[in-house]
Amino acid sequence: MSDERTYSILEARGLSAGYGSGDAIRNVNMHFYDKRITAIIGPSGCGKSTLIRCLNRMHEEIPGTQVRGVVALSERNIFHMDPVRLRRQVGMVFQRPNPFPTMSIFRNVAAGLILNGLRGERSLAEVVETSLRQAALFDEVKDKLDQPALNLSGGQQQRLCIARALAVEPKVLLLDEPCSALDPIATAKIEELLLQLKDQLTIVMVTHNMQQAARVSDWTGFMLMGELVEFGRTDEIFTTPRDPRTQDYITGRFG
Amino acid sequence: MMERHFEKVEAELRERILHMGGVAEEMIRQSEEALLERREAPIVRIAELEEEMNRLHIELDDRCLKLLALHQPIAADLRFIMACIKINSDLERIGDQAVNISQSTAYLLRLPPIDPPPFDIRRMVALARQMLRDSLEAMARKEVALAESVAHCDAEEDGLKKAAFIASMRLMQSDPSTIERALTLILITRNLERIADHATNIAEDVIFWAKGEDIRHNRNRKETNP
Repeated sequence: MSDERTYSILEARGLSAGYGSGDAIRNVNMHFYDKRITAIIGPSGCGKSTLIRCLNRMHEEIPGTQVRGVVALSERNIFHMDPVRLRRQVGMVFQRPNPFPTMSIFRNVAAGLILNGLRGERSLAEVVETSLRQAALFDEVKDKLDQPALNLSGGQQQRLCIARALAVEPKVLLLDEPCSALDPIATAKIEELLLQLKDQLTIVMVTHNMQQAARVSDWTGFMLMGELVEFGRTDEIFTTPRDPRTQDYITGRFG
Repeated sequence: MMERHFEKVEAELRERILHMGGVAEEMIRQSEEALLERREAPIVRIAELEEEMNRLHIELDDRCLKLLALHQPIAADLRFIMACIKINSDLERIGDQAVNISQSTAYLLRLPPIDPPPFDIRRMVALARQMLRDSLEAMARKEVALAESVAHCDAEEDGLKKAAFIASMRLMQSDPSTIERALTLILITRNLERIADHATNIAEDVIFWAKGEDIRHNRNRKETNP
């Protein structure tokens, strides 16, 4: 838990989005503070995945979707940015680990750099090692970097996906239910990893696991039926929520 | 193996407890100085320290509440938080006892000392301080043997208090002019005995945290008396 409030690096202002004619989220106003972990919780269908997918414009990839309002990344409206460039700054990790199946561990991490044609001062090998270390995976895979990524366990694959996202040095990392396909040990490793990573970047995580939100995040938003019901410091949300709907949800009295 | 985040939490909480323990020790030391050296200045200092103690008490409770809510600790982690909540309360009450001693002392300072004193209060003060110091040290080092030694000292403090009570009664019977002062001294011995009880509670909580054994009220305690 980090006490101090940092500046808001990413901000949703009057954000509504949906599929076809219906809105999945309505008029969401929310700050994501720099180098903090923000968790978005809420029951299935509350719109939390739609919200996080708006933050790097993944939502618009689905035909028939619409978005209104503003998402600002360092005060720039992301809807005026090139989506590919945006996603280099706002990376994403999904519910199911999705390494590129035909590629080696090394190529998986290097893929983003190669596809984007990005070459800085550092060699590919350096970037791959750094990213794997940041994802707390390097020691487990250093002797088999040329092996297929699919040989790894589910938890390792998920950390590989985090390493792949980190390789292009994003400012924000979005995670959509990153542990829901993992066992408790692999989940604990991902959680520890996120706590280490927040020194370097801003993390936004959607989770239906409230204990996970409580353990890991600094800020929590509770969504219900497309609306952001409550947003606040995680320790306050989980000890003294202000909205009775938040109280009912986090104490399991819902439905 | 990655370091568990909870270990940082635990270290931070232990740091806070030990800091509070330091304040409690200082409050006892100041009350000792006021009582034994017959000085006014420490009484003012104790009032300041009590304010700090009250603030720390509330902060630590709040921290523990949030840790329970956020981490849902289990097993040794849960026992640790439980121990911290109880130790927090014991330390705050030790502070209150030190305040009580200083208030009684303020009263005694307005009167001439009883000469010779009916009993030696120094040993009671020293033992209470020692018990608190050892219980905190046991907490700092998670040392069960030291914690157990604190629990064994409690009987001596109780015995000293009983002896002081009898000696004071005799003095009051033989010289009624000492009644007010002797009664005040009895109150102080009760405060000291309470401090020893709180230190014993702390030691028992350390044992519960370290071993998961509840030894209060002699439960599960092996007979160690000769």
